[in-house]
Amino acid sequence: MIGTEAPPVPRNRTPARFGTVVAALIRKDLRVELRTGESVPAMALFTVSTFVLFHFGLDRDELRGDLAAGVLWVTLLFAAVLGINRLFVAEREEGGFEGFLLAPVDRTALFVAKAAVLLAFLVAVEIVAVPAFGVLLLGAVPDLPELLAVLALADLGIAVVGTLVSALAVQTRARDLIVPLLALPLMIPLVIAAARGSAPLLDGGGFEERWALILGLYDLVFGLIALAVFDFLLED
Amino acid sequence: MIIAADTGGNYVAAAYVVFLALVLIYVAIMAVKLARIERELGELNELAERREDRDEVEALQ
Amino acid sequence: MFGRGLKTLSILSAVLVTLALSLAFFYAPEDADQGIRQKIFYIHVPMAIVALCGFVAGGIFGILYLRTRDRAHDLRSYVAIHLSLILGVGVLLTGAIWAKTSWGHWWLWDEPTLVSFLIVFLLFACYQPLRFSIEDPERQSRYAAVFSIVAGAWVPINFIAVRFAQEANTHPRVLNASGGDLPGEMRLTFLVSLVAMAVLAVTLWKYELTSKHASMQLRALRRKLTREEDDLPAAAPRSAAPQHL
Repeated sequence: MIGTEAPPVPRNRTPARFGTVVAALIRKDLRVELRTGESVPAMALFTVSTFVLFHFGLDRDELRGDLAAGVLWVTLLFAAVLGINRLFVAEREEGGFEGFLLAPVDRTALFVAKAAVLLAFLVAVEIVAVPAFGVLLLGAVPDLPELLAVLALADLGIAVVGTLVSALAVQTRARDLIVPLLALPLMIPLVIAAARGSAPLLDGGGFEERWALILGLYDLVFGLIALAVFDFLLED
Repeated sequence: MIIAADTGGNYVAAAYVVFLALVLIYVAIMAVKLARIERELGELNELAERREDRDEVEALQ
Repeated sequence: MFGRGLKTLSILSAVLVTLALSLAFFYAPEDADQGIRQKIFYIHVPMAIVALCGFVAGGIFGILYLRTRDRAHDLRSYVAIHLSLILGVGVLLTGAIWAKTSWGHWWLWDEPTLVSFLIVFLLFACYQPLRFSIEDPERQSRYAAVFSIVAGAWVPINFIAVRFAQEANTHPRVLNASGGDLPGEMRLTFLVSLVAMAVLAVTLWKYELTSKHASMQLRALRRKLTREEDDLPAAAPRSAAPQHL
């Protein structure tokens, strides 16, 4: 009889594949950033201002080795904190969390996507900051390939820990304060390894692999922990 | 200016005093909590007794 | 529930601490170069080791909480971290005293234990404020557990990184924490001090767990007995500690 046929079954009943979800989330965030430019320009400007500050604060025209590495990494870290603060704000304010939780996707996808976005932001900022540093403050010719390797490994660590801290902080009341208070100590091992590793590179010297190993270890350990633990932050 | 080896005794004592002080402060805080628990248990006991009396009175009426 | 075995532990602590102190002052020989100053070592290093284990234990209880959702684990995690933080303050203070006796300054960047503890303190000092800033109790416990796990895993990494950083500067370590090159009497004293500190810490931990649990049960009892006509003060305000099991 009419009206007793079963309603048409929607075709895509299977949960979306992990990779597809991650890619979609990344695309969304990158599109928003390209359109509104809320994070990256501010972070990049911040690094240049900080370099100027350091010039006056240290009263130096040129930095090499340890001092150069220190200034570079501290500046990058503080710029990262700016980005970390804003990472989940859109989800929080516009109900993105609830929407995401309703979808039949693996929650870890949100972590991977956000960490990738933060990584992209950091790379974008460094494309501005590192040459600026080279021009404004660096007094030596850096070993570029090794320096880029250190930057890459450190950025990965910052992205992982930063995303985790951001998710933790976004639901608390003192969000902007909690992020630096948690992220900075957590990243001290990373800064130690990155700074010590880049110091000789910014002095025309050699490279110690052990710092790269420590950075890799940091990335691995915190990456695994973040993957294991992130779900629990999203429960309702 | 390194403290001479034999006069370091005061500093050693200071270190142990720090340890002792931390433990004793902990004990003191626990003691305050215990006192508060005792007081509140007393209040609740009193409350239960008052209620017993009230229920008895109501039952008699 | 938490108080079982507390009596035995307290007695054991008293005995062990007395033993450790006696050994430190009457049995262990004075160090050839450092003299009596070296005795600080028997308090500073055990406190450091026990505190570090406490932070890691906090992380382990965090894992247990997330897996079982048994709030007793959350309470254990909270108290472990809280206690280790206090021990951490002790480590910093006794370490500063040591630095003063050895080098005349109240701080030493060369001493990896001291520097690591400063950073550890900076991180874990945020634990209670973080908890306090989350009002919903279930979310508070959950987020605190995540923090304790991340921070607990970070503690050894931090230690290793700081240690490597110091070695790279090739400064000699002032405090010989390893038992490797200690003469027999000193090693025994050190081990006894370590065990004493560990047992004392567990005793204080259980002590606080029992006390908090008693307060919780008291609050629950109060809620059951209170009716509108009764004149009792309102419920407890927001807190960083778990409020009920």
